[in-house]
Amino acid sequence: MGQVREIETTLDELKTLFSDRAQTGETMVLNLGPQHPSTHGVLRLILELDGEEVIRCVPDIGFLHTGIEKNMEAKTYLKALVMTDRMDYLNNLGNNLTYCLAVEKLCEIEVPERAQIIRVICAELQRIASHLVWLGTSAMDLNASSVLIYCFRDRENLLDIFEMIGGQRMMTSYIRPGGVWRDVPDEFVPAVNQFLEYLPEKLADYERLLTRNPIFMRRTIDIGIIDASDALARGMTGASLRGSGINYDVRRAMPYCGYDEYDFDVPLENGCDVYARYRVRMREFHESMRIIKQALDRLEPGPVITDDRKYSPPPRSELGNSMEAVIHHFKYWTEGFSAPKGEVYVATESPRGELGCCLVGDGSPQPARVHFRTPSFHNLQSLSFMSEGYLVADLVAMIGSIDIVLGDVDR
Amino acid sequence: MSDHIEATIDRVRALHPEAIEGVVTFREETTLMVAASHLLAICNMLRFDPELDYSLLVDVAAVDHYPNEPRFSLSYIVHALEKNARLRLRVSLSGQSPEVSSVTECWKSAEWPEREAFDMMGIKFVGHPDLRRILMPADWEGHPLRKDYPLGYEEVQFSFNWKEIDSKKDYAKE
Repeated sequence: MGQVREIETTLDELKTLFSDRAQTGETMVLNLGPQHPSTHGVLRLILELDGEEVIRCVPDIGFLHTGIEKNMEAKTYLKALVMTDRMDYLNNLGNNLTYCLAVEKLCEIEVPERAQIIRVICAELQRIASHLVWLGTSAMDLNASSVLIYCFRDRENLLDIFEMIGGQRMMTSYIRPGGVWRDVPDEFVPAVNQFLEYLPEKLADYERLLTRNPIFMRRTIDIGIIDASDALARGMTGASLRGSGINYDVRRAMPYCGYDEYDFDVPLENGCDVYARYRVRMREFHESMRIIKQALDRLEPGPVITDDRKYSPPPRSELGNSMEAVIHHFKYWTEGFSAPKGEVYVATESPRGELGCCLVGDGSPQPARVHFRTPSFHNLQSLSFMSEGYLVADLVAMIGSIDIVLGDVDR
Repeated sequence: MSDHIEATIDRVRALHPEAIEGVVTFREETTLMVAASHLLAICNMLRFDPELDYSLLVDVAAVDHYPNEPRFSLSYIVHALEKNARLRLRVSLSGQSPEVSSVTECWKSAEWPEREAFDMMGIKFVGHPDLRRILMPADWEGHPLRKDYPLGYEEVQFSFNWKEIDSKKDYAKE
């Protein structure tokens, strides 16, 4: 670019972000990231350091901003769905689910029972997959690199299951407005059962590697303390908030997909530190498995997508002998369906916290506005508060403990 | 509408009758339309009144209604954990100079969502401690989520408009 553009933020404005000691050179301003592996993506942190102690930490985000919200406004409700996969790339099915729930709420679409149960199974499998990545990466940040390899090995089984149901390992777009894309194949239930038998033993191994490991405990206990009121004031949700002792889980507070009918506990810890957040997530593995087991027991044959032809495509078999089916098929895939005027907000419990979708319809087949309340964005706000007074090495443990995904932060 | 939300609306009505422009319930979600000038007073009440106790600010979502006026609306979703009640506050802002007071003194967590609304929609939050762009680069021009901001494509250079497009290009010319 040949032109020099006027920069809105001047250097003087940025000086206020740091203490006066930084300007005299008494403390050091250091740039961490955006290409540093311990930042779990492209997070840039500008640190003011006194020796190794963090005086101030200013996160700089936006490196992965892809304008998903803007792009969705230009697509129909159906086509916008594929954008949601790409937001939080460790919670693809959960993102699909949140968006679909918002569309269903706006258009008042009824979802069949079997689809609800499949959605619950998918959301919980995705939670396990995401927690496995969290466990592996955050342990590796603390130098326990073998855990990373083990966790990614186990996650591979889940990605195979997602490929089985959606045809893709990550960008599944399997959950659709009105239900799910198609019924699960016959191999699905045995594969999930096999995984549920396989995982507890492995989790016990990882607990043996970490939970009572003196190095791990020294690096995590009393590190990154944020008490309940501070965590809440800074908008934390999910396992990070529950590590500070606040019992808030969207699955309990505002049940969706029939979560109120499942028997599960919400793990809580009162340590408020990195170790407490680790304990909460380790217990969440087991709660997710409990939910999946109950869901598999309830899985009865039935339709998996609404039979309202305005919102779901006609079955392939009807296309050969029904003119109406062809018309519905054509209208559905070209024009899409229009949603009424209004604004809805739907929240789900993603592996990272409350994932919300604010959807505004204006009567046309395209959403007027889609806004995502992403848990990583809000949880990351607390990092600067949490890290003050700790060492740089502890900062790395804290980033791991709030479990951010930069695709989720920047969208 | 849950009891707590009804109690909240009654209380806000009693203390700030001029602030409420309407109450809308759509798909079981209650929205309180608030005059922009009273937003901060109402947020202070929701946050610090021990009986109301909306301790979590869930989200701030900005919507552009271009070309309608008032052009922008901001939705604040607040949550009372003890009572498990959720309420939406909505303020409408004009397209000329969208400006509203920042609620960061009530909820610290408003800091980043408000920066996002400033970055994406160009809404100014008066009293915000650090109102800078957050997702876009600091030298970016315009506010991408506004409806009059193009989605981004380039006009194709054909032989009939070669010179016209060429004159707009950045590269060095003789």
